[in-house]
Amino acid sequence: MGPLAQAVAPSHMPIVLRPLLPELILVGTALALMLLDALRPTPDQRPFVLLSLAGVAGAAAATLSLWTWKGPGSVLGGMIAADRFAVYFRLVILAAAALGILLSSYYLDRAGEARGEYYPLLLFATAGMTLITAASDLILIFLALEILSLSLYLLTGFSFRRLASAEASMKYFLLGAFSSAFFLYGIAFAYGATGTTNLAGIATALASRVNGDALALIAVGLLAVGFSFKIAAVPFHMWTPDAYQGAPTCVTAFMSAGTKVAAFGAFLRVFGVAFLPLAHDWRAFMGVLAAISIIVGSVLAIAQTDIKRLLAYSSIAQAGFILVGLSAGTQAGIQSAMFYLAVYAGTVLGAFAVVAIASVRGEEHTALSSYAGLARRRPLLGLALTAFLLSLAGIPPMAGFIAKVSVFSAAVQAGSWPLVLIAVLASVAAAFFYIRVIVLMYMQDPAPEIEGVRIESDPAGWAAVLAPAFLTVVFGILPGLLFGLLRTASVVRF
Amino acid sequence: MESYYAQYGVVVAVLIAGIGLVAVAFTAARIVAPRRPLPEKLTTYECGIDPVGEGWAQTQIRYYIYAFLFVIFDVESVFLFPWATIFERLGMQAVVEMGIFIFILALGLLYAYRKKVLQWA
Amino acid sequence: MIAADTIRLPIPLIFSATLFSAGVYGVLARRNAVLVLMSVELMLNAVNVNLVAFSAHLKDKLFTGQIFALFVITVAAAEVGIGLAIVILIYRNREMINVDEVNLLKW
Repeated sequence: MGPLAQAVAPSHMPIVLRPLLPELILVGTALALMLLDALRPTPDQRPFVLLSLAGVAGAAAATLSLWTWKGPGSVLGGMIAADRFAVYFRLVILAAAALGILLSSYYLDRAGEARGEYYPLLLFATAGMTLITAASDLILIFLALEILSLSLYLLTGFSFRRLASAEASMKYFLLGAFSSAFFLYGIAFAYGATGTTNLAGIATALASRVNGDALALIAVGLLAVGFSFKIAAVPFHMWTPDAYQGAPTCVTAFMSAGTKVAAFGAFLRVFGVAFLPLAHDWRAFMGVLAAISIIVGSVLAIAQTDIKRLLAYSSIAQAGFILVGLSAGTQAGIQSAMFYLAVYAGTVLGAFAVVAIASVRGEEHTALSSYAGLARRRPLLGLALTAFLLSLAGIPPMAGFIAKVSVFSAAVQAGSWPLVLIAVLASVAAAFFYIRVIVLMYMQDPAPEIEGVRIESDPAGWAAVLAPAFLTVVFGILPGLLFGLLRTASVVRF
Repeated sequence: MESYYAQYGVVVAVLIAGIGLVAVAFTAARIVAPRRPLPEKLTTYECGIDPVGEGWAQTQIRYYIYAFLFVIFDVESVFLFPWATIFERLGMQAVVEMGIFIFILALGLLYAYRKKVLQWA
Repeated sequence: MIAADTIRLPIPLIFSATLFSAGVYGVLARRNAVLVLMSVELMLNAVNVNLVAFSAHLKDKLFTGQIFALFVITVAAAEVGIGLAIVILIYRNREMINVDEVNLLKW
């Protein structure tokens, strides 16, 4: 039942807002912070940090209470899904947002960029990210995608006096808007092929046909292109290194984790629900996308001399590994992709947090050569980065290893062993550049120009580094903690 | 199964037809169109007064902000029209919902005002 | 509703595909960021044509396509606002807005 039908229905159905409560809390907090910024301008950023953390915590509490939701599978005329799938993704995103806020307060103080509009924008972006994972209608998915994208374009250009930041913002914006148009065109065709934008409705309409039709196939292709842009899969990855390098490091940390989790959440829901009847058609496409993302991401990462760009290319390769799980097209595949996403989010956020702290003030010392001897100057920081890099490389006992193994085994079960072969070979090659950085940190003497640089850190910065590091190790040793949740969370309800 | 692949055939046929159409149009124009390159043809106007300066003129930046605010608030009103045609049937609930919508818009305007965007600099 | 009786579906679809392709061409071929932005708008409006045409063709009782078109118009306005702000930012910093000359970041 669509939105208008429910609205125009003479008997007023009660409006159930509880499954939307996390987003309402986030947006409400963001609006309150906007007002605070406008009415009581203050250079002190602490109230902003504390209030936005409170907002995220409130949203997390509202999300947790949905885990035991007994009501209908979707509310507001089929717009919002109230399933554990959404709860899981929201919790991952909210955790990333909380760590992002802590890291931002650390970074912005030192970079001299502390301005009041930062935290509302970050909360709007978070609301868009959580909304997109719960949206079960293409209209709402598009709107949520735009909410998160528009906020992130601005956050990317937040240090606008720095040319690189403004430039990154423009590139991200132009390519993002371009990809949104493709995504939208895909939605239009999906609507034309099935007469509805509701995901469950699309699935029903497609399942009742023996063959897919041309309109639906065009829709699948265009939507896949739109999602591929957002998850940064090759060949739609061009914006990623520039945006990740140019953006303030705290924004990079937040968006590399949050955007990918959110976009994959919607990706899994749209393709795992609405276009499941066409799985035969899109599985091979996902496989190809996964293979070239892994290969191109890994190969180009080797050539990088800047740590932020290196991590950006690594995140492109990681998108490929997650796509391997998606291309399996099975429940096990979705489960493994969801595990991988949580692990990836923590790992990449922690790695960028280390970069932010090691840069001392803003964007200094991001060249790889500045990481020579880091582990000797700052043992704990070096140890944390080592853990993240090992996890990204997929080396036990880190969580990244379990994530890769589960994705690969799901793909093998689904019979796509050539893809797994490519992925395994590429991840062996990719381990080279992660280990190169570790060797650099432990084995080499610091370069003379950074020899005397003092890295200071405060509790906020430490939290953003140590919490993900802790989780990376814990989920590596006890993956059952997360897989236990996933047994029910990976089932999409209607 | 045959009609299944025929669906892909349709997509491919449309692609080929699309590319072909553009190619034919461009080559036809190239073949049919007469070509007499003259230096005058490169000037901005082929007759009359030569233009002074560049085509891109500076506009005061503050106009942008007004235009921007106008567009945002103008476009938001797009939601008011469909609402206005049926809100009688929906009753109080619809009024409250639209009230929230307009309240959030008003917050944006207040923000712009407090940030001194609405003053002539 | 009226259009369904008077215009056959392929005509608006071809029209919107042409508009969309013109937009794609503009994004890829134009150097000026403002023109790129305009091309993106062209693409979004092509989608609007598509949505409304489908809505009319399907005789959709919920008018999903037409309502969606309203949302697209709003989102497009917001996108233009933010896009122009970013372009002005670049212009203030660099005194030019040609996309291919914005090349501080590269691998």
